[in-house]
Amino acid sequence: MAESGLMEDILETAEAWSGDGHQVALATVTRTWGSSPRPVGSQLVVRQDGSFRGSVSGGCIEAAVVAGAREAMADGKVRTLEFTVSNERAWEVGLTCGGTVQVFIAPLK
Amino acid sequence: MKGATLRVLNEIRRKREGVIHATWLDNGESWLIGRDDAPDAALARDIRQAFRLDQSRTLEVKGRPLFLHVFNPPVRLVIVGAVHVAQSLAVLARTTGIDPVIVDPRRAWADARRFPDVRMIEAWPDDALAQLKPDHRTAVAALTHDPRIDDPALIAALRSPAFYVGALGSRRSHARRLERLADEGLDGLAMARIHGPVGLDIGARSAEEIALSIMAEVVAARNGKVQ
Repeated sequence: MAESGLMEDILETAEAWSGDGHQVALATVTRTWGSSPRPVGSQLVVRQDGSFRGSVSGGCIEAAVVAGAREAMADGKVRTLEFTVSNERAWEVGLTCGGTVQVFIAPLK
Repeated sequence: MKGATLRVLNEIRRKREGVIHATWLDNGESWLIGRDDAPDAALARDIRQAFRLDQSRTLEVKGRPLFLHVFNPPVRLVIVGAVHVAQSLAVLARTTGIDPVIVDPRRAWADARRFPDVRMIEAWPDDALAQLKPDHRTAVAALTHDPRIDDPALIAALRSPAFYVGALGSRRSHARRLERLADEGLDGLAMARIHGPVGLDIGARSAEEIALSIMAEVVAARNGKVQ
């Protein structure tokens, strides 16, 4: 999947950003329960300035994940976040039918 | 994750080799497990299964959460014939995360400028496929309409475990093709693997639409939705 111009390679981006001197953290979907828009293994790479590439959901938990990633870069520690969404709110945040998703965040050292 | 681990992981992925990135989720300690590495016995089965099913997952190991992130080489699509449909098909394959490879022995067609950044092999398909060794993560689509090129491609593909084999052409030309392949000694079971006419029936007319119908069929086959 490397070097595809259309499907961005998250880990190549992480290496490139890090090589350019940016602090970088990786967020990875490690578990899902119920229906979830992105499969286990989906990744998001975040830079200290808040730029990010990739996705761990349909789009609406990304803001919280980016915030968690910036905290991880600041304190150098890994963390695991869990998002559960009720059926009523599921549609708004892009998690269909009350899915739960676990996201692991690790700063690149 | 350490920067050095990430660099090695990306190197392995660029070489199109399978690798697992294992991470203890409680402290972030992580390491790489290659396909040929001998993992410790307690994990061996889970690791083999993760590679085989191409499925990343979190395990409990001694009461601790361990995440196995599988990076198998991308699925390949061997496109036989550097024809107009192939130009769109290569782009759609890339968009879907599938690695396109184009094979065409005809110099006038195998012009790399028409296929920027796509791997191109200027050779007869039987030679090219002997080199590419299609496996269960490889799809082959024959698109030239020329039996001298398509037939050897199909014969080689059907003798491999390729998960998808398709051939462009009308029902009538497909029927003639099956007669020729039978003369070459292929049996009905093998020939039944050929998707012909190629592609899902979406009423495709233009080259771009035909490419889309082929791509949809390849994705369906990869996901077990068509045989």
